Parts: sequence; structure tokens; C-alpha cells
Amino acid sequence: MPQVTLSVNGKSHTVEVEGRTLLVELLRERLRLTGTHVGCDTSQCGACVVHIDGESVKSCTILALQADGTQVTTIEGLAKPDGTLHPMQEAFREYHALQCGFCTPGMVMAAIDLVQKHPAGLSEKEIREGLEGNLCRCTGYHNIVKAIAAAQDVMHGRRSELARAEAAE
Amino acid sequence: MYDFAYHKPTSVADAVKLLAADPDARPISGGHTLLPALKHRLNKPSSVVDLSGIAELKGIRREGDRIVIGAMAKHKEIAESAEVQAAIPALAKMAGSIGDIQVRNRGTIGGSVANNDPAADYPAAVLALGATVVTSKRRIAADEFFQGMFTTALQPDELLVAIEFPVPQRAGYAKMRNPASRYVMAGAFVAKIADGVRVAINGAGPGVFRQKAMEAALSANWSPDAVANIKQPADGLNSDIHGSAEYRAHLVTVMAKRAVADAG
Repeated sequence: MPQVTLSVNGKSHTVEVEGRTLLVELLRERLRLTGTHVGCDTSQCGACVVHIDGESVKSCTILALQADGTQVTTIEGLAKPDGTLHPMQEAFREYHALQCGFCTPGMVMAAIDLVQKHPAGLSEKEIREGLEGNLCRCTGYHNIVKAIAAAQDVMHGRRSELARAEAAE
Repeated sequence: MYDFAYHKPTSVADAVKLLAADPDARPISGGHTLLPALKHRLNKPSSVVDLSGIAELKGIRREGDRIVIGAMAKHKEIAESAEVQAAIPALAKMAGSIGDIQVRNRGTIGGSVANNDPAADYPAAVLALGATVVTSKRRIAADEFFQGMFTTALQPDELLVAIEFPVPQRAGYAKMRNPASRYVMAGAFVAKIADGVRVAINGAGPGVFRQKAMEAALSANWSPDAVANIKQPADGLNSDIHGSAEYRAHLVTVMAKRAVADAG
């Protein structure tokens, strides 16, 4: 069987896979990183979004072998070892940007890439457009957009922590 | 998905050898069309040939009065390319409007053009701009390349290497997306190039096609009003749960008007 060698959340793995094994199957079933979800399995819903070499991609539509030699980051790779959440995770919690939570890992991964690619900041409209590839069926988009707007200020160093007063609105 | 062997050649010559040796082998670029088809078991390749390791297929550059885009250029790269933005802004804007961010991070122009989905965006730009499709064997004019739904002039062991776009004097694109799938219901790409005016319609029919009546009208008078009263016949257009052929025919005129306005 062919082998794939890749780095996941900073740790190197070499795994035997089939040609047809998807990246998300490698992550969930072989490495037991089940934070990455499979929703539609047709590259529409975005529950499976991870980063490959810093770019957000849908891991249900990429072969594991296509990720050979890359650096993959999943939702499990965001928080610090001491449990401190990434500013985007913290903002999702603070702004109650989830109900059932199924879409959340993909939303967070997509949002981090979106914010990192726009150092000048994103308007509400741009955040909504940037989430085109992520579906939330609890219809929680309003709070997700608020969370991303707040997190971008922290991520770009314009604010040291989330303004908790805003969350209480 | 049925299992298959996986190859990752590093040259066009090696990729072509793999494809020629096995009639059931399929090339894969971004995979965002092929993999969903394989999941539905619509296709059973014995092997997939990953093109992402081939340097010859990458890159975007200006060569004189042409923009040359490698087959493996991703939608994101084309949307953000300074060369494309300067020379053919309508093409950069089109690339930035495909799918979503994650799809644009993987999908390639070569994959889209070789697949020739009737609702794909790039075929309209390739046809309207009179681009040349460069393959591992030959150079194919856009007018000969597209041959109807999911059909092109490409042979099974022939790889799309690059697309050469002449830099137009003006070009614009407009499309109406299905509100749920976001695929094109009808789109129009209009271009004024050295050879004259060309109008390509995508999404509406079984394949991309030229709208000659609009080309003639725009040659005489380049303005949205020139196409406003040109009716696209509904005969042969797509008709499905998303819209009738008559609705798509109506959209063709509206999109052509918007595309001319977009071109300025």
C-alpha cells in the first residue's frame, strides 16, 4: 500500500493508505483527530475545513496522498498545550457563535484563514462573503460573524483581548 | 469510491506516458470535480495521475500581448495575479467568483477547461477572448476546443499544459448564479480583441457557445443598449427544475448587457 508522510499539528506521521483514502479519513479514522467533521461529503458545507500549508481547504475532497509532504493544521492544533484557546476559538465561545457545534471546527478554521489573509481588516459584508463555503444549519450566522469581527482585532494586535461588554449586548 | 492506484509524475512527458499506457487512468488536478464524481461511482479509474508535482504546468506570465496561464494555476492564483489583474481584469474577477475560498484554493483552470462543464466559468473567457489551448501535442484554437457538454478536443493521452489569452482592448463578464448551488444559470463574457468582438455564453446551453448576433451588434456599437433588444432563441437551451429554456434565454440578454457595462 502507498505511504503518506505529512505533518499534522506539528507532529510528523507516516501512514499506509489506499489510493482512494481521503485526507479527512486519514485525520479522523487513522490519526483519531475527530474534531474535523464530515457533513455533506461533497465539498459544499465546509465542516471538514483544515489548513494545508496555511490555506483553508475541504479535506473531504482531497486524497490523503495529495497531502504528502504538507503541513496540516486541524482544530485540535489551535489551542496552546496549556489549554489557552486560539483567539478565534475564544471569540466563538464569547459570542456564543455555535448551537449544535457541528459546523464549528470548519467555521473556525475557515475564519482564521480569512482573517490572516486580510491584515487590513474585514467588513461585516466581507466576513459573510468569506464564509460562503461554510454552512450552519442552526442559522447561527449572526453570532459567527460577530465572533470573527471581534477575533480579527485580537489576531491583528489591535486589541489585547475580546471586549466582553460587546458580547453582553 | 472504488480504489485506484496513485501516481505523481514530475514531468508532462511522464504523465502522458502513464495516461497512454492505461486507457482507464485519469489525470487529477484540484480534484474538486473528479473526486465527487468518483464518490458517486460515476467513474472507475484504474489509476489517477496527480499533476500537482509538474513544474511545467504551473505559473502565470505575460508574454508580449498574451497572458499565459499554466494548467495547474489555481483560481486563487489567477484572481490575485498582478499580471492578470492588469491585462484582463475580467478574468481575474471571474476566477475570484468561482465556488468559495476553499474551492479556489484547490481548483485549477486546466481542470475546469478540460472538464468543460456547461456551468463552468472559464470556458466563456477562453472562447470569448479567442484563447489558444496548449496541450502536450498541439495548439488548439478555442473555437475548435469546446465540443459540447463535458466534451473537448482533448484526446485521452493528451494533457492540457497552458492557456494563452490575447490581451483584449476591453472585456467583461456577468453571470446569474443559482441561488442554492451558486452554479451559473446563464453567463456572458464579452471581449473586444484585435480580431473583433466576441461574445461567449455559458450556463444556458449544453455547452459554451458564441452569440453571433450580439457580436455583430457590439461591433457596430459597443454599449449595453446594443444588445438590449437581441433575443437569444430558447431552442436547445437547458431546461430543468432551476429554470426553463425560455428563462435562460431571457437571462442571456440581461447578462450580456451587464457584461458590456462591466467591461466599460
